[in-house]
Amino acid sequence: MNLYSRRILTNRIGVALSMTAMAFGLLALLWILWTLFYNGFAALSLDFFTRDTPAPGTEGGGLRNAIVGSLMIVGVSALVSTPIGILAGIYLAEFGATSKFAAVTRFVTDVMLSAPSIVVGLFVYALAVATLGGFSGWAGSLALSLIAIPVVVRTTENMLLLVPNSLREAAFAVGAPRWQVSLKVTLRAVSSGVVTGILLAIARVTGETAPLLFTALNNQFYSTDMSEPMGNLPVVIFQFAMSPYDNWVKLAWGGALLIALMVLAINIIARAIFRKKSSV
Amino acid sequence: MSELTTAVPFDMPVAVDFHARQVRKFKWQDTIFHQLTLFFAFIVLVALAGMLIALAVQAMPVLRQSGPAFLWTDVWNVPDDKFGALAAIYGTVVTSVIALLIAVPVSFGIALFLTETCPACLRRPLGTAIELLAGVPSIIYGIWGLFVFAPLFAKHVQPCLQAIFGKVPVIGGWFAGPPIGVGILTAGIVLSLMVIPFVASVMRDVFETVPAQLKESAYGVGCTTWEVVTGVVLPYTRVGVIGGIMLGLGRALGETMAVTFVIGNANRIVGSLFAPGTSIAATLANEFGEADPGLHISALFALGLVLFIITFLVLAMSRWLIQRGIARQGR
Repeated sequence: MNLYSRRILTNRIGVALSMTAMAFGLLALLWILWTLFYNGFAALSLDFFTRDTPAPGTEGGGLRNAIVGSLMIVGVSALVSTPIGILAGIYLAEFGATSKFAAVTRFVTDVMLSAPSIVVGLFVYALAVATLGGFSGWAGSLALSLIAIPVVVRTTENMLLLVPNSLREAAFAVGAPRWQVSLKVTLRAVSSGVVTGILLAIARVTGETAPLLFTALNNQFYSTDMSEPMGNLPVVIFQFAMSPYDNWVKLAWGGALLIALMVLAINIIARAIFRKKSSV
Repeated sequence: MSELTTAVPFDMPVAVDFHARQVRKFKWQDTIFHQLTLFFAFIVLVALAGMLIALAVQAMPVLRQSGPAFLWTDVWNVPDDKFGALAAIYGTVVTSVIALLIAVPVSFGIALFLTETCPACLRRPLGTAIELLAGVPSIIYGIWGLFVFAPLFAKHVQPCLQAIFGKVPVIGGWFAGPPIGVGILTAGIVLSLMVIPFVASVMRDVFETVPAQLKESAYGVGCTTWEVVTGVVLPYTRVGVIGGIMLGLGRALGETMAVTFVIGNANRIVGSLFAPGTSIAATLANEFGEADPGLHISALFALGLVLFIITFLVLAMSRWLIQRGIARQGR
């Protein structure tokens, strides 16, 4: 075999392998999604949304308490992490271009972005659960906020750095103070990007299970009291999927489908907002 | 910057007075705004430091009892209060290594396909699909692994592997034992599926930073696609690719849910990859809720501390490499 045909052969094998990899990746992921939809939709019914999680050994039941709990815990953490994340992001982009403190903060946010979420759960347990007496929805929200904040900080900073300096200078030239330039000019110019970051942060924490295990714990009954242990979808899925009861396992699949749909929907909305605004 | 505004000429005294007051007000507001943003940036920093300190404080009792030997003792005996982290560290490392062995070549193939050979009309939808899949919560991978993958794996794949490799020395031991589905190998495979979208999208991003001139010159002198990728794209993006792999490793090490469902939760080290084992994150998820205050809780915190330090080092290194990869672009 001469050099030329050997090169062609190597190329064909390489490209074929890369296509196989792509096909393997897509097939595996389609397989996962298909089983999720197949088992998940079988579990959805009116009861699923209107009844609470069943006691061991009882028939039927739904996930109402877990759905409400999840929405409240995630909602509170979004409310907490949005202002903190945006302001810290503004600091990094507008005030901290060269300071050492900003460089360290930037590095720490980057590391926290992908720190193991279960360790965040441990930390909040040590900080809030062990000291303030007991598992609570608040502790769950705190844990999720710690995961969401780095996401918001980094997207806000990256977006603000895209704003051309001439825009800032124009605003300063007409006498606007720094805070107005930051909040009313630069932040507004990249608002769609920042909203995308917040949505992505929410999508990320919606599916987080590990940090809720030791913070919000779980609650078999319907409760909207954030200072009590609170039912939430991820922990219910975890407990029910590992259980020997058929109806629990079925509910776990339904819950998993619900979470996956929520996360995918938020992701798609975030992308749509970003694409529409940034193409202008 | 507000000093600039004082230079604007105003000739009416009233206006000057008003103007001066306005400037003072702005200055004062700016200071507050600056301090406020600084404060929130500081919170982020404090959170990380606090995390390390809190874990270390809680882990103290068990570390004081067993010292650094905690890291290499293979005992996990709750009733007798004897704790060592070796089995959990072993499970964490082995599952992550298996995950990367599968995920890296597959991600490389996906990134190559998306940047070089994919028809232009499919590039965007397929790329978006990969990114969306990176966002699927890990508990979905876990529940799929437990109910769908593990049974199939036990029935069809594990007996095959035993038939092929069972007689081979050394390697045969990895595939010994009853094919029960859940175990270290299964956890590694499920983990790899979870990590593939992450690594693939980072690799695609760094592949796209290669200047078109470089690739086109290579194509121009008659290189094949494979030669361009291995001879131009990979050397150019080497640092960024390694950073992406380390990022995947960081994810894999700290992953809880995808692993806990399928690893089998047995706190011991067995040579076989078919045997159930445990990882740091899985041990925490399973035992923390029922742990009694005292040494058990403390040992779990120590495990968390170990995990945090390992992932911190891996992530710090990956960030540094990716940054260097991007900085090199300019040259």
